[in-house]
Amino acid sequence: MLAYVVLLIGAPLISVVQHALSLGFASFGASITAPVALQALLLTVRCAIEISLINALMGTAVAWVLARYRIPGKGFFSAVVELPFALPTLVAGVMLSTLFGPHSFLGKAAAASGVPVIFAKPGIILALLFVTLPLVVRSVEPVILGLDRAEEEAAFTLGASRILIFFWVTLRSLAPAITYGSIQCFARAIAEFGAVVVISGNIPYRTLTAPVFILGEVESGKTESAAAVSLMLLILAVLLSYLTRAVQRRLSTATG
Amino acid sequence: MRAATQKAAFVRWSVGQIVLTVVVLGYLSIVLLLPIGALAVQTVRGGSEVLRSLTEPEVIQSLLRSLLVAVAVTLLNTIFGLVGALVIVRQRFWGRRILDALVDIPLAVSPVMTGFAFLLVYGRGGLLTPVVEWFGWKVTFAMPGVLLATLFVTVPLSLRELGHVLAQLGMYEEEAAATLGASAWTTFWRITLPNVRHGLLFGVTMTAARALGEFGAVLVVGGAISGKTQTATTLIYASLEERRPVTAFGMAIVLCGLSAIVLLAMNLIQRRSVVPE
Repeated sequence: MLAYVVLLIGAPLISVVQHALSLGFASFGASITAPVALQALLLTVRCAIEISLINALMGTAVAWVLARYRIPGKGFFSAVVELPFALPTLVAGVMLSTLFGPHSFLGKAAAASGVPVIFAKPGIILALLFVTLPLVVRSVEPVILGLDRAEEEAAFTLGASRILIFFWVTLRSLAPAITYGSIQCFARAIAEFGAVVVISGNIPYRTLTAPVFILGEVESGKTESAAAVSLMLLILAVLLSYLTRAVQRRLSTATG
Repeated sequence: MRAATQKAAFVRWSVGQIVLTVVVLGYLSIVLLLPIGALAVQTVRGGSEVLRSLTEPEVIQSLLRSLLVAVAVTLLNTIFGLVGALVIVRQRFWGRRILDALVDIPLAVSPVMTGFAFLLVYGRGGLLTPVVEWFGWKVTFAMPGVLLATLFVTVPLSLRELGHVLAQLGMYEEEAAATLGASAWTTFWRITLPNVRHGLLFGVTMTAARALGEFGAVLVVGGAISGKTQTATTLIYASLEERRPVTAFGMAIVLCGLSAIVLLAMNLIQRRSVVPE
C-alpha cells in the first residue's frame, strides 16, 4: 500500500521539487518573480480569495435554504448543486463560453455595459464559482441539518429576533464548517485549469492564471520556469492541506 | 423526533425568508443552470451537424479511450481505496500519518502540475525512467501516462469516502465475528464489505466521474496526440482550438449526459443510504 502511494504520488511530486531547484535557489527565485509568472500567481491568488469569500456567503445561504426551508423542487436544486462535481471542468468552461461568448446575447450585452465577461476577469470568477459551488454547501449543509434547535428556540423565547439568532447563535456552530469549506474552495480555485483556460483567453498580465501559465511554459519547453511556479502552487497546496486537517479536527470535536 | 419538531416549526414564510429563498434559487440558476442551458441550446441549433461529428472515427476513438481509462482507474482505485482505507483507519504502523497526508495531496494539486510532474518523472532523466525503459514501456505522450495521471488524481476519492465510513462503523461486528470463529476472509467478505456497500458505490461514481472529466493532467502527459492519446476532454479542447466548435459541443453534450447519469447514480445511492436498516 505504501509502495503504491509513494510511487504514484510521491515520485512525481519529488520530481517537481527537484526540478524546480535544480538550478539553485537563485534561479528559482528569479523564475517566480519574472513579471508574467508573478502576475499569474497574484491573479490566481486574488481570484481564489474572492471566490472563497463569495462562496462562504452564498454557499452558507444555499445550504441554509436547502436544509431548512420547504420548497417545491428542493430535490432538483439539491442535485443541481452537486452538478459541478460530476461535470468535467472543461465542459463547464465551454458552457460559460457559449453563454457569454462574443456572438452571444449576454456576451454582447456585457461588453456594451462595460463589464466584459469572456476573456476577462469576471469570466474567471464565474468559472471558478461554478466549479467550487458545491464545496461550501456540502460542508455546511450536514451541520445545519444536525444542529440542535434547542439553543435557537431558547434565544427565541428570550425575545431575540430571527436575524439576531442566526448571527449570534447559529453562526457560531456553523463557523468551523464554513471555514473548512472555504479553505477547500481556495485550494480548488488556485488549481483550477479546465474551466478557466477556455473562458479567460489567457492574456498575460490580465487573465493568465498560474495553472495556464505552467501549461504555456511546459509547451514551450521552459521546464524550470514551469517547475518553479508549480512548486509555489505545491507549497500553497501543502499549507492548505495542513490547514484543512487542523480545521477538520476542530470540526469533529465541535460536532462530536 | 427532532425531525418532526423541525418540520413543525416551519409554519409561515416571513418576508426575509422569501427574499433569501429567491436570492439563493436565483443564484443557483444563474451560476449553474444558465450555462447548461446555453450549451444545450447551442447543441440543438447545431442539430444534425453535431450528430454527424459524433460519428467521426477520431471522435469515437477519443471517447473510447476516455471510457477505457475511466473503467481501469475506477477499478484500480476502488480496490486500492478499500485496502488503503482499511489500513489507514484500522492499523497502526510507522508512516501512517505520512500515508494519510500523501493521499490528500492530489485533491489540492493543479491538474496541469500533475501532468507536468509525470512528464518529469517518466521523461528524459526522470526518477522512474530507467525502470520504465527496462520494461520497454512508453509512458509520456502515451496512454500509460494518461492512465497513471488519472490514477494520481482519483486516489483520494474512494479512499477518503471509505475511510469515513469505516471510521464511523468501528470494528464491533468484525470483532464479534472473530470471537465466533470466522476467518479473516469470511469476516471481510460477509461483514465488512456489505457494511461499506454505500460508501463503495459512492466512491465508484465519484472516481468514474472524475476520471472521465480529467483534462489538464491528461493534456500535459498525453499531449493530446490525435489517434494516440486524444481523450474525450482533450478532443473538446483541440476542436475549439482548431475552430471546429460543432465537434466540441457534441462531445461536451455527450460528457454532460454521462455526468448526468453519474449524478443520478450518486443521488440514488445517497437516498438509499439514509434509509435506516
